[in-house]
Amino acid sequence: MNRCRTMLFMPGNNPGMLASAGSLGADIVIFDLEDAVAQAEKDTARILVRNTLTYLKPATEVTVRINALDTPYWKDDIDAAIQGGAEYILAPKCAQASDVHTLMGAIEEAEARTGTTKKLLLIALIESALGVENAFALATSHPRLTGILLGAEDLTAELGAKRTAVGQEILYARSRIVMACRAAGIKALDTPFPFVTDLEGLAADAAFSAQLGFDGKAVISPHHVHAVNEAFSPTAEQVRWAERVMVVARRAKEEGKGAVSLDGMMIDLPIIKRAERILSRAADTTETCNA
Amino acid sequence: MRDKLLPDMATALREAGLADGMTISFHHHMRNGDHVLNAVLAEAAKQGVKNLTLLSSSIFPVHAPLIEHIKNGVVTELDTNYMSGPVAAAVSRGLLEKPVMFRSHGGRPRAIREGSRVIDIAFVAAPTVDPMGNISGSLGPAACGSLGYAVPDAECAKTVIAVTDNLIDTTLESVSIPHDRVTHVVKMDSIGDPKGIVSGSTSMTRDPVALAIARKAQAAIRASGLLKDGFNFQTGAGGASLATAQYLREDMIRMKLKGGFLLGGITKYLVDMLEEGLFDSIYDVQCFDLAAVESIRKNAAHHEISADTYASPRQKSCCVDFLDTVLLGASEIDVNFNVNVHTDSNGMIIGGSGGHNDAAAGAAMTIIVAPLIRARLPIVVDRCTTITTPGNTVDVLVTERGIAVNPARPDLADRFRDAKLDVYSIEELRAMALKIAGEPRKVEFTDRIVGTVEYRDGTIIDSLRAPA
Repeated sequence: MNRCRTMLFMPGNNPGMLASAGSLGADIVIFDLEDAVAQAEKDTARILVRNTLTYLKPATEVTVRINALDTPYWKDDIDAAIQGGAEYILAPKCAQASDVHTLMGAIEEAEARTGTTKKLLLIALIESALGVENAFALATSHPRLTGILLGAEDLTAELGAKRTAVGQEILYARSRIVMACRAAGIKALDTPFPFVTDLEGLAADAAFSAQLGFDGKAVISPHHVHAVNEAFSPTAEQVRWAERVMVVARRAKEEGKGAVSLDGMMIDLPIIKRAERILSRAADTTETCNA
Repeated sequence: MRDKLLPDMATALREAGLADGMTISFHHHMRNGDHVLNAVLAEAAKQGVKNLTLLSSSIFPVHAPLIEHIKNGVVTELDTNYMSGPVAAAVSRGLLEKPVMFRSHGGRPRAIREGSRVIDIAFVAAPTVDPMGNISGSLGPAACGSLGYAVPDAECAKTVIAVTDNLIDTTLESVSIPHDRVTHVVKMDSIGDPKGIVSGSTSMTRDPVALAIARKAQAAIRASGLLKDGFNFQTGAGGASLATAQYLREDMIRMKLKGGFLLGGITKYLVDMLEEGLFDSIYDVQCFDLAAVESIRKNAAHHEISADTYASPRQKSCCVDFLDTVLLGASEIDVNFNVNVHTDSNGMIIGGSGGHNDAAAGAAMTIIVAPLIRARLPIVVDRCTTITTPGNTVDVLVTERGIAVNPARPDLADRFRDAKLDVYSIEELRAMALKIAGEPRKVEFTDRIVGTVEYRDGTIIDSLRAPA
C-alpha cells in the first residue's frame, strides 16, 4: 500500500459516483457493497462494481468493501473484486484472527479458480470491542493483511458510547489500533468523521488522527477528501525542517560526529527517522490541489 | 420646464416615430425577469409595425412571445450576444429567414460605436428614473445593479426611451445613464420580476466533480506564476467557476495577497472577497445576485462599467485586456482548443459568446473548466460544432480527470508539471473520454444557415446551421 491518506467510500449501486470516484482526489476509493447497498440491490451493485473496475479502470487504487462473513454475499463479492482487478478487499466486522484466515482461504481459493496472478490484499475493518481487544492478533494474522481500519460507528453503538465530533469516546480504540499496526508493520487507518457538514470538526479530527500516528483516514463524503489529504501531508515548514535535519545529519556522518544539534535541538537517530518519514511522505504527495 | 414623461407605451412608440424596418435595442439586465421587451413588441404589433430588427444584448426564456412576433413579420432580424429558451430553439429550427447575428459582449458595443449597427430607438429598462430622466440600475423594485450593457445603446441611439416602474421626485445621487442620453420616459406597472432578474443568493455547488475541477483549476492558477499582488481575475457564476473563486480566496488569505480587480458578472462570493480586502475593486458590467446589487449601491470600490469599458476592442483599452486569469465554461472544446458555447450536443442553440471570446482574448491565462464527460458525451471533440472562441486565445483546459495545456503555451505546461499537476495532451484527454463514453453519433445538419458568429473584432468566424 502506497499513499493511503484518504480512502473514499462510494456506494456500489450508484453508477455516476463510481464513474467519477477516481477523479475526486482520494488516494484510494472504497466501492461499498455492504452498508450503502440495500439487500434488494446486492446483486446489481456487485455487477456494477465489477464492470466499473473492468471497463472504467479508476485512476486510483480500489478497495471493495465486501459484505460480512455472516451474510450469504461475501464470497460472490470477493469473486467480483478479483474479476474486476481491485487492489484490496475491505472486510467488515473482523473480530479475531480466524476471521482473517477464513477470508484469506476464500480469496486464495477464488484466485486459484480464476487463475489470476494479481494478489488481492486485505484490509480488516475492526468495529467491535472484541476486535479492538484482538487488534495485535488480527494485525499479525496473515502476510497479505496490509492494514486495519477502525469503524467507530458500530463500535460506539456496541459500547453504548455517544459518538462526538471530538471523539474522546474512541481515543482508546484509536491508540490501540495504531499501536497494534505499528508493532505489526502494517497501515493504521482511521475511522471516517461522521458529521458531513462540519468541516471545521473534520479538520480538527483529521489533524488529531495524524497526530496519533495513523497513516490515513477513511472519508464518507467527497467534500472531506481535501482536508484529510492536507492533514496527512507534511506542511512546507515540516519539509524544510526535515531537509535541514538531513543536511546536518549527513555532515555529522562525514565529520565522524555522533550527535549534532540544529536550532538548539539534538539530532539523533529518532529525529533523523522522523525527518526521513516526513520526506518520504512529501515525495509521495502530489500537489494537494490534485486532491 | 421640460417634461420627458409620456403617458403610456403606445404614445412612446408614436413619439419616437417607430416605423417599419427600424432597429430597436434592449439590454438584458432584467434577464429572465424582463417585462420590457415583450411589452414594447406587443405594442409595436398592435400598431401594425413590421420588419423590425431586434438588437437585444441577450434573449431569455421569458421572451418566448417573440416567436409569434417573428412569425407575424413584426420582427424579421435578430442581433444578440446570447439566447436561450424557446426563442433559441425556434431559431435553431429555422424560424427566421435571415440568420441571427451573434456577437460578443465586447463586439456589440464596437459595432454600435463604429456605426455598423445603427439603433433607431433604444428601450432602456430603467429600475429608477428621476425628474430629469437620469437612470439608476441599483434602486427600485426591479433593481438589477449595473446597467453596463445599456450604455452604448443610450449613447448612440437616435432616440432613447427609459422604461421604468419607479419614478422618483428627487434627483439621483448616483447615475447609471445620465439624462442627456434619455429622450423620453414612460412608466409601466412593472419592468421586471425581481426573482428572474437576480437570484436571491448564488449558492456554492456541492457537486463533487465540479469541486474536483475547481481544485485543479485553482492549482493551475497557483502554479501559473500569475497569482501575486495585483492579480486581476474574472470568473462566471457556474458551479466549477464559482467554486474555484472560493479556493482562490483561501489561497489568497493564506498567501497574504491583495488582488487588483474582479471583473464580469458579479456574485456574492466576489463581493465578499472585495469586502475582506482581498481585492482593490470590482468592475461590474452585470450583477448576478442581490448581494452584488447591494454592494454596487454602497461600496465606492465596486464600480459600474459600460460594455465598452468591459470588453470592446474598439476602446483604447478595455478591462479584459488587464486580466491575469479568466475562468470560462464550454459545451465543447476541440483538439485545437477552439471552444463552443453557442450550441449543445444536438446542434441546438443554447447560449452564445456573451463575454466568452472577449475575456479569452484579453486574459494572460484563459482556463476552460468543464467535466471531461457531460451527460455521457465527451466534452473534448475533434472539431467544435460551432466556434465561439478561437483556440489561439485559450490556454488551459481543466477537467476532473486532468489538465491540458495549449501547445502554444509550453511555459505554462512546464510550470504545471513542476507543480506535479496531472498534465495530459488534449488528445490524451479526448482518448480518455472516448474510452469511457465511446464515440457519439455525429449530429446531422441541413444547409439552412440560422446564425452567423461574429468575433469581437468584426470578423465572421463561423455560421450555425439548423440540425436535420
